[in-house]
Amino acid sequence: MSAPFPHRHLLGIEPLAAEHIVALLDTAETMREVLGRPIKKVPTLRGRSVVNLFYEASTRTRSSFEMAERVLSADSLSIATATSSVQKGETLLDTAKNLEAMNPDMIIMRHGSSGAPHFLARHCKASIVNAGDGAHEHPTQALLDALTLRQKKGRIEGLKVAIVGDVVHSRVARSNALLLTKLGARPILCGPPPLLPIGVEQYAPVTTRIDEAIEGADAIMMLRLQRERMSGAFLPSTREYHTLYGLTVERVKKAKPDVIILHPGPMNRGVEIASEVADGPYSVILDQVTNGVAVRMAVLYLLLGGGGGEA
Amino acid sequence: MTPPRGFRERLCLMDAARLDRTLSRMAAEICERHPDTARLLLVGVHTRGVPLAERLAARLPARPVVGSLDITLYRDDLTTIAPHPLTRGTAIPVAIDGRVVIVVDDVLFTGRTVRAALDELVDFGRPARIELAVLCDRGHRELPIRADYVGETVTTAREEIVEVRLSAQDGEESVWLLEPGPAPVAPPQPAPAPELPKAPQLVVHRPAAGKAPVKKAPAAKKAARPARPAARKKTAPRRKR
Amino acid sequence: MSDRLLLRGGRVIDPARGVDAVQDVLIEAGKVAELGPKLQPRGAAVRDVAGCVVAPGFIDIHVHLREPGREDKETIATGTRAAARGGFTAVCAMPNTTPVNDSAAVTRFVMDRAREAASVRVYPIGAITKGSLGEELAEYADMQKEGAVAVSDDGRPVGSALVFRRALEYAKGLGLVVIDHCEDPTLSHGCCMNEGPVATRLGLRGAPAVSESVIVERDIALAELTGGRVHIAHLSTAAAVDAVRRGKARGVKVTAEATPHHLLLIDELVREREYDTATKMNPPLRNERDRLAVLAGLKDGTIDCIATDHAPHTVDDKRVEYDQAAFGIVGLETAVPLALDRLVRAGHLTLVQLVERMSSAPARVLGLPGGTLAPGAPADVTVLDLARRARVEPETFASKSRNTPFGGLELTGWPRLTLVGGRVVFDAAEPAV
Repeated sequence: MSAPFPHRHLLGIEPLAAEHIVALLDTAETMREVLGRPIKKVPTLRGRSVVNLFYEASTRTRSSFEMAERVLSADSLSIATATSSVQKGETLLDTAKNLEAMNPDMIIMRHGSSGAPHFLARHCKASIVNAGDGAHEHPTQALLDALTLRQKKGRIEGLKVAIVGDVVHSRVARSNALLLTKLGARPILCGPPPLLPIGVEQYAPVTTRIDEAIEGADAIMMLRLQRERMSGAFLPSTREYHTLYGLTVERVKKAKPDVIILHPGPMNRGVEIASEVADGPYSVILDQVTNGVAVRMAVLYLLLGGGGGEA
Repeated sequence: MTPPRGFRERLCLMDAARLDRTLSRMAAEICERHPDTARLLLVGVHTRGVPLAERLAARLPARPVVGSLDITLYRDDLTTIAPHPLTRGTAIPVAIDGRVVIVVDDVLFTGRTVRAALDELVDFGRPARIELAVLCDRGHRELPIRADYVGETVTTAREEIVEVRLSAQDGEESVWLLEPGPAPVAPPQPAPAPELPKAPQLVVHRPAAGKAPVKKAPAAKKAARPARPAARKKTAPRRKR
Repeated sequence: MSDRLLLRGGRVIDPARGVDAVQDVLIEAGKVAELGPKLQPRGAAVRDVAGCVVAPGFIDIHVHLREPGREDKETIATGTRAAARGGFTAVCAMPNTTPVNDSAAVTRFVMDRAREAASVRVYPIGAITKGSLGEELAEYADMQKEGAVAVSDDGRPVGSALVFRRALEYAKGLGLVVIDHCEDPTLSHGCCMNEGPVATRLGLRGAPAVSESVIVERDIALAELTGGRVHIAHLSTAAAVDAVRRGKARGVKVTAEATPHHLLLIDELVREREYDTATKMNPPLRNERDRLAVLAGLKDGTIDCIATDHAPHTVDDKRVEYDQAAFGIVGLETAVPLALDRLVRAGHLTLVQLVERMSSAPARVLGLPGGTLAPGAPADVTVLDLARRARVEPETFASKSRNTPFGGLELTGWPRLTLVGGRVVFDAAEPAV
């Protein structure tokens, strides 16, 4: 009999022990098999209710969670900012209290403020899953990237993974660096100094030279250049950024021949990644999509009782 | 192999030789009913049902297709405290439409596992027929389910456990009836016998995962009896209370 | 109660006169009449304060009373009741109210409300610039006539060096101190905590320590240039402490204050408390190196006094996302026990030093009356019970707001009695006074 999964919320990768990350990935592998069945639906979470509360636009993550909920037969309700009272100035607390009255088993939340899911966890009884908060964490993205890596490379331990780009604004970079370190990989962070936050060395070794980051890498994670968050003058131009940090076919050659390239999407072609690379043979974007659903099914399953914790 | 916490061995229902004979007889029964065994699909239910399906398949004249079923996602008791790790997976290697499918499991108890297995199977297609083969039917059904092939029918108390041990998983070949109670550290004291009888021989083994209803053991009032093989089919002694 | 009161048997600490001895204190007609061993009551009411410390009334020169404008957060009545309960006999009220206290009319309003409703003395601080917009100077002389004791655009740092220079020059002519909230908003815009590894980990935008020190350096240079007097509010970084220390060494007329929270807490708390907005204030909690530098500055006198930056906020302003929450915490009812327990008992400051930094020093910094128990001085007295151990219970605060990170903390050393002009405004034995 294995030990219960001890977490009720998934607020980030940081609180997870390596063994629980592995449990999530192993569970996700099983879930991936379900996605290949003729009838992609199992009754596991019948009668459980899940609310998708998205305060930021998101197509990928939200549809992935919704798909996961459907496959597991959970009842789900999606609230996006454009259609809720958030537009009318309702506070997060009031929204939380209103949702609470519906007694959902789980709330999946995307929010522009770091720590918003922690706030929700303090004020709601439901399990809270962080679907991306500010520049803090995006745990399910890191899990799906890890699942993709493991699937393509057969392991995670010892892999050199370059994480390149807008690190300062990236929750994906933070969650991935934490996860890869916990599982014994060797992440290296790379970007121009204005896009590397103070103290970023706590996550992983850092370089400002992309060639050094890519050299001999097993995988390259390109971060989206978050132009909409560039409130300060971080860079002179996206053109110069592409010259210095864009992933080109030439640069990819410095990595291992079987390198894979991950991108959380949506991509800025011609900025952080050249089109030939994005469409090239090393791209694993489609695997990432399937793995995204599988990982989210695993999260739903383990947090909603399959892990044997308090349900 | 050690029984689950709070349980101890009461009775050996099958030893290795008997288990082997039983499987051969079950294979013969299957063959009798379905002579074209190559067309069959044997689906073992995780965990013990999978190797049992393999063994039955090996005893059939023409080897059928063998699959495995992890019914965890179809359970109806997800919220109980015990974790249901989900790492074994379901593998149905062929289309099941129009086929005869034989679900194989080690112990038939409440019937809930079989119910879940049936639900899962029909999500894969529409078989011509589904049958059920179990090594041991221990009674206490909670659903109207019966087996088509039964290795052994055993009378048990509700709180007891029937544990099937297979060499690949457990390092031994046997079927045991376990009863609630502490493991016998000291040998029982029969009457006022001056000499201590020899402690029952216990084999070292792991618990079988996920099969038994794990309940708090009521305080044991009886000492473990020395193990002995079950005498005859349907006559395993019921424990007196 | 008679207007004569004898405090019997307390340990009198009056740093301004170098007194630290067990003495009786006789109070008559709102003034300190006589000190000495075994005084005769001569009909005065007698309070036995044996075992307690009798100190000049504590003065908090950095308080937000929120009236006029945000009476839902605090009023002059509730804020000064909190002050009395916290052992303070006088508070300076920051001008960032609605409307801003940038005119004689608003200053007069604050003084009038204080006369009607305040439990302790209230000294208003006027704005440096009209509307605290950092553009045109406010009318200092008019406000001073109505009772303003200093000028500050607290919360809205004066961005223009030229305007700040003019403020220093103009205030100098009136003998007023200019108090600056030192922060370069171009460096700290949109930030909600200290820049560093913790902010990076939490994904919160961090303000660098330099955003404070760069303005502290500017202000000291301008004070040196103009000969004006500048007081640095809520100093929080090592670099700023260093700047003040160097300025003082050169003879620049610069003084500084530090808050209990910057002396005791660091940015790691934001992570420990998982984005609890009670850890959000401006300046933000800094790192351990900064904290130790501020503490060292307080010890060696670089930092003149302790001020609370009491910043009451409603639950609604705090119970939101971290980056949306209002800055600031309440401090009046926790400052004294925190200082006694975590600074004095912990061995960082002597009791005499602490009394100095909370009474005579703040009085000296802004030229306020009080800060001593000399015969003839106003009978503003803070009596401390060093042995009392109690928990910080925000729900019992006299303040309208409860935004504090110190709730639940058990502390030893609490105010026992607060006297303003000889009148008891707080008595720990009868909390409802």
